[in-house]
Order: sequence, then structure tokens, then C-alpha cells
Amino acid sequence: MGPLVPDLLSNEFSYVVALVMGVGFGFALEQAGFSSTRKLVGLFYGYDFTVLKVFFTAGVTAMIGILLLGHLGLLNLEYIFVNPFFVRSALVGGLIMGAGFIIGGFCPGTSVCAAAIGKVDAMAFIGGSVLGIFLFMEGFTWLEDFYKADSRGAVLINEALGLSRAQWALVLTLVALAAFAAVSWIQHRVTAAPNELLAFSRRRVLTAVAVPIGVVLLVMLTPSRDEYVMARLEQRAASGECQPSIIDADKLAYELINNYFAYNIIDVRSRAEYEAFHIATAINIPLEDLDQLEYRPLFRQRLKANVFYGNDFETTKRACLLARFHGDDQGLALRESAAEFQQLFFAPEPLPLEPTRQQLTVRVFREEAARKMEEIQAAVSVRAQPIEKKVRVVQGGCS
Amino acid sequence: MKATSYMNPYVAGVLLGLVLLATVYITGRGLGASGAVKSVVATSVKAVAPTHYQSAAVYRDYAAEHPDGPMKSWLVFEVLGVLIGAFISGLLSNRIGLKLEKGPRVTNKTRILTAILGGLLFGFGSQLGRGCTSGSALSGMAVMSLGGIVTMMAIFGGAYALAWFFRRLWLR
Repeated sequence: MGPLVPDLLSNEFSYVVALVMGVGFGFALEQAGFSSTRKLVGLFYGYDFTVLKVFFTAGVTAMIGILLLGHLGLLNLEYIFVNPFFVRSALVGGLIMGAGFIIGGFCPGTSVCAAAIGKVDAMAFIGGSVLGIFLFMEGFTWLEDFYKADSRGAVLINEALGLSRAQWALVLTLVALAAFAAVSWIQHRVTAAPNELLAFSRRRVLTAVAVPIGVVLLVMLTPSRDEYVMARLEQRAASGECQPSIIDADKLAYELINNYFAYNIIDVRSRAEYEAFHIATAINIPLEDLDQLEYRPLFRQRLKANVFYGNDFETTKRACLLARFHGDDQGLALRESAAEFQQLFFAPEPLPLEPTRQQLTVRVFREEAARKMEEIQAAVSVRAQPIEKKVRVVQGGCS
Repeated sequence: MKATSYMNPYVAGVLLGLVLLATVYITGRGLGASGAVKSVVATSVKAVAPTHYQSAAVYRDYAAEHPDGPMKSWLVFEVLGVLIGAFISGLLSNRIGLKLEKGPRVTNKTRILTAILGGLLFGFGSQLGRGCTSGSALSGMAVMSLGGIVTMMAIFGGAYALAWFFRRLWLR
């Protein structure tokens, strides 16, 4: 499951990837004509809309691709770098860049591209951008407050608009297609050349429109891989074909006291709930993280039985089934919820006035168990938790 | 030999989009450009004024983010790739050669000076806006970043708003 760096590919190797991707980037930009400053600024005077066409096509292609990979469960969209949004600096920085674009005739990527094929003006532009960045760095003390003002974090546009990812993808795709139609008409009016879109056969235009919209609709209408897996599991569980094995609180306590080393207790509640109370030796993997690649070895190992518990039996069962799907065929589900377990052992109800012999035996066992579980927890608390995920993508954007 | 014509922009766009998609899939991040220039700036400052590099907070932060030195950055390698890729493309299409491209009414001197000024503004703006057309606008669009899309609209909006004032640089 992507992204491949840093779990499947090392950060060092990502430099090789950078070089290769850069070659593709530079090649595509140069082939598109982005090494020509007059072609670039044509966008702003209406005689050449290459920039808009290439830019929008590339953005929409990548966006739909990312959407589709996420939908198929091949790419974890949570880990992708999303540029943070600082309202003021984004707006003012963008306007200054716009001025640089119309005066200098390039942007940084295209200037590198043009310099590579010998454009002297592009080399001058790069020289200028070195100066500009140097000025920014030297002036940072004065700019810092403005630079960091009005931070909104890594907001996604679809969230800001209250849309799903796929809905926003559809909107942007339609906007792009409308823009293509509009600019080829404008270009036709400004340059008096025939409208280039009319030169393509109707079939090709139709395909070019239908493919992106079709893919987005497919993503919208079909369940994602995660949803599909869960639905299948629940269906099998409901039909009784795949019930998790169940363990009850007293049995679990007994096992913990006598051979805790044979069990992995997994708390699937949130981190905060886990920290407030957890069963002795338990580790914390919130339910929504259970399908992550890094936990697969835990589910596949055969040395210890995994015991799952959560806030209610429904969640516990779900966790157990999910683990089973990922290779855990001896996982157990705790019948009691975390709160019930805590109450049974650590805050028991008072005994009736004349307890039966069995009630007394149970009570003695539970008090003893509670004490021992605390000892065990104290002994193993130094044991490592599953390594907390560091920020996976160190940098992105242009930092 | 005559230079071959440019690729159909839509085909080039799909190609570029697939490169960007592959980059996101492999590394979880988008493409960029201005960050590599920043590495050049940091390297130069480090070489020319090492004490300043160590004392100024902004370079200290930068050094902390790049423990192996400013040049060991993803974007530096990527931009080296851009140089190679663009050169290969230019070679295949016969577009290599020293050339100064400018509007029809502009002298060479004006073109060089405006290119430097434009670069200066773009470089400065890219730092303020946390990314340029590649890192912020294009990659931002692909990952649906609100910040990236706002920056993109500001870049193109700004250029359109000023286009009339600078028409002498580009038009007949």
C-alpha cells in the first residue's frame, strides 16, 4: 500500500526516485512548450493557452489517479503531504508570484526547464529567484509574524466546501473541461486561427470527456475497498460462518495471571480511553488503524493469541474479524467491554448479605486477580508499545 | 534542422499528471521547484558567511530540517532530474541552443533585467506562499489542498490583473 516511502522504500532511495521523477517532469514540461517564455505568457494575453491546458490536464489526471488509488485501497490518503494553509501569506505570496510571472515570463519549474535547453533569459530568471529567496531569508525576522499568521492547518478543499473527495473531483473535472472549451474559443477569436477543438474527431473529444467523468462516477457509486471488506466480513459474521472465538473476563484474567506471555491483549479504543484504563499488558491499536500494513506481522504470528477488546462487543467483534481477514485465525474477542472488565475486577458491586459459596469464591478470585494484574502491568509497563507512527512525510511543497 | 513542434498540450498534460501521480504514490509528496533554489541559497550562505548561517534563526531552522546539508534534499535531486529531462526533450526536438526569447518590442537588456526582477519576485513570493506553481499549485490541486488552490488562484489572478500594465513587454 502506498506511499512506498518510508515503509517499503528507504528515504535514501527516495533521492533516486526524485531524480527519475524529475526527468519525467522536465521532459513533460519541455515537450509541452513550457521552455518558451512567450508561450507561457500567452495565457495572460489570450494568444496561447498551452499553460492552462497542460496544467489543468495534469492536475486533474493526478487528482483522479490519487482518488482511484485511494478507493482501491492501494494508497493511504492519510499519509499524503497536504500543503498547510496560511490565509494571508498564501494570498499575498501568490500575488507577488503572479507579478513575477508576468514580468519575468517564467515560474521556477519552467525556468529550470528553459535554462536546460539554453535560454539565457531563463538563466537570468533563476539568478533573480536566488536573490529573491535570499532576500526573504534575510528579511525573515520582519516577515515572520505575517508568514505565520492566520494558520488553518492542512485543510482539504472538499472538506472546506462540505463535499466528499469524489464530489470535488467531479466539480474540478467539469470546470477543467469547461475551461478547455472556453479557451480554445477565446484563442480562436484572438488569433483568428480555426478553433482547435473542432479539429479533433467527435469520438476523440467524447472519449476525453467520458473517461475522467466515468472514473470519478465509478468512485462515487461503488463502495471503496475498505467498505467492501468490512461489508463482506459482517455478512459472513451475520450468517454465522465466521464468528470470532469468544473469551470471557474471568477466563482472560486467569490466563493473564498464569501465562500472560502467551497473549497479546489489544485495546482497539482511542488512545485517550486506553490511557485512562486498560487491561494489564494491553497495547493500543485504535480500530481504524487495524488494517495498516505495519500490524500484519502481529496478526500473522502464531506464538501468541491476540485478544481484542473495545467499548462494546460489536466493536470488539469487528476488530477480531478485521484481524482475521488480515491473517489472524486464532484471535479472540473479549465478551465484556473495557468498562465492564474494569468494574468486575476493580470496582465490584458489594456482595449480598448472605453470599453463596460460589459468589465468595468468585469474589476472592477476582480480588486476587486484580492485585496480580496490577503487578503484571507494573512489571511489563516498560515493555515497548507498538512504535508510534512518526510523521511519515517529512516535507513537501517547496520547503 | 528545424525544431519539431510541441506535443499536444492535453497529451503532455496527461504525461505530466502521471509523473505527478507516480511521485505521490511512491513518496507521498508532490513535485516542486523553488525549494531547490532555496537549497542553493542556503548552501551559498553557508559557504560565504558560515557564522551568519549558524547564528540567524531562519538558517538554523533550515539546517535542522536538513541535517545532511542543504543540498541533500529531495527537491535538489528532483530539479537535477528536471534539467536532464528537459535537456533530453530539447535534444529530441532540436530545441537546444543559446537563445534569448523576448517580446517583439523589448531590447535584450530590458529582457534580462525584467527576467531578473521577475525571478526575484517569484522567488520571494514562493517562500511567502510556501511553494510555487509546481509545489503549491499543481501538487496542491492533485491532493485537493485548499492552501495550494488558493495560492494557485492568487498566482494566476495576480498575473492577469497586471498583464495589461506589462503588455509592452510581450505584445507587438
